[in-house]
Amino acid sequence: MLKILKYSFYDLMRSRWSYVYFLFYLLLGIVLLFLNNNLNKAVITLMNVIIVLVPLIGTIFGVMYYYNSKEFTELLLAQPVKRSSIFLGQYFGVALSLSMSLIVGLGLPFVFYGIFNSSAIWDFSLLLVTGTFLTLIFTALAFVIALANENKIKGFGYAILLWLFMAVIYDGVFLMSLMYFEDYPLDKFSLVATMLNPVDLSRVLILLKLDISALLGYTGAVFQQFFGTRLGLVLSTVTLALWVLVPTLFIYRMARRKDF
Amino acid sequence: MIQIDNLHKKFGKNQVLKGIDLTIDSGGIFAVLGPNGSGKTTLIKSILGMVIPNSGSIKLNGASVKRNWQYRNDIDYLPQIANFPGNLTVKELIRMIKDLRSDKPADDRRLIELFKLQPFLDKKLSNLSGGTKQKVNLVLTFMFDSPLVILDEPTTGLDPISHLRLKKLITEEKKKGKTILITSHIMGFVEEISDEIVFLLEGKIYFRGTIPELKTKTEQPDFEHAIASMLSSSYA
Repeated sequence: MLKILKYSFYDLMRSRWSYVYFLFYLLLGIVLLFLNNNLNKAVITLMNVIIVLVPLIGTIFGVMYYYNSKEFTELLLAQPVKRSSIFLGQYFGVALSLSMSLIVGLGLPFVFYGIFNSSAIWDFSLLLVTGTFLTLIFTALAFVIALANENKIKGFGYAILLWLFMAVIYDGVFLMSLMYFEDYPLDKFSLVATMLNPVDLSRVLILLKLDISALLGYTGAVFQQFFGTRLGLVLSTVTLALWVLVPTLFIYRMARRKDF
Repeated sequence: MIQIDNLHKKFGKNQVLKGIDLTIDSGGIFAVLGPNGSGKTTLIKSILGMVIPNSGSIKLNGASVKRNWQYRNDIDYLPQIANFPGNLTVKELIRMIKDLRSDKPADDRRLIELFKLQPFLDKKLSNLSGGTKQKVNLVLTFMFDSPLVILDEPTTGLDPISHLRLKKLITEEKKKGKTILITSHIMGFVEEISDEIVFLLEGKIYFRGTIPELKTKTEQPDFEHAIASMLSSSYA
């Protein structure tokens, strides 16, 4: 698997899009620091961008890479290589190169601004960790979708729908259900609903770490009580890890059964 | 060498292979023939494990190919359409495939020489013509010394000189005692090089034997007509 990972990674490092993605984050970091002139504020603004953008890029890149490397895949399938190694290698190749663009692109301006001497270092690290998690999760989901759909256009469509659902529609439905059932105690429900969507979970994690939960009112207090504890942190990390693991298992199983 | 029992494969509602039983012994050139859509490529891809059969078994040297991948170390495969990752150069591609089979010696220099590929080594694969791609494809296939060679339409896009070189190459490989499976639509080519033919029709083996046997069976003096008469009698 490592050999495949290496070649996928090289292949991507040579593609123009990795650089575009890297430069985008570099520019974003610089502009935010320049405009805010304050590390903590820059981290908050960055969170809002990352939470929505990272899943989008992960999904699109994942689907695009899968369909574009079809020839490469077919070449590899006739070689003495395990099937699951081919697909897992490609998946990790994409996810790692995206994560690297994110970490290096955002990291450089913040390092030069002096993040190491500031109290925001932990918030910023958490931001990068959740960003990496989101990349891993959404690239895996994209691979699952692409493996299930022979048709490129359909694959792209489903992938975009998935992103739209997770990043936008889910929140809408969640809020509406809160309004509709407002006569009932909803703290448990909202906790579970937040845990089930990686985008929401990442957002809540960062918000609480930034200590601005007071802005969230009563819900914030409930969330703080849960996510602020060690149990909450462990549980949410486990949930994020599960969100990576389950789609990866799907990739493994689907790759074993597919015809080429 | 290869033993196939009662192989079935369906793609959606399309039943492509309907119970193939085939035993191929070591050594010799076997041509798999049949009209378009008769299941030749599906059969070959099943042997390679790229297509997973619905039922039936395939054994290579006594071991089942199901859920196994090491056996592909003993197979060299030439795919029908030469599609390569476009942003690699020819040299890098050859190096990569060698790296994936790192425990095997590779004979790429001689083959690059044979097909006159030196001027293309540093070019990207997306910029090569169809025939040149096919030559690269041939180098990748023949550079390892595996006991089983599978060629899916090896002559596609080749110029007459390369065609001659390919024929020479195939006969040389045969002399080493290898088993070679070929599919082709060019009957002259098949007649010239193959020892035995396997004729597929609608997912079943319709005929298996040598070319003289086929000619006597169909009472036709030449090979091309013999094939044609088999097709027309089956459709009648």
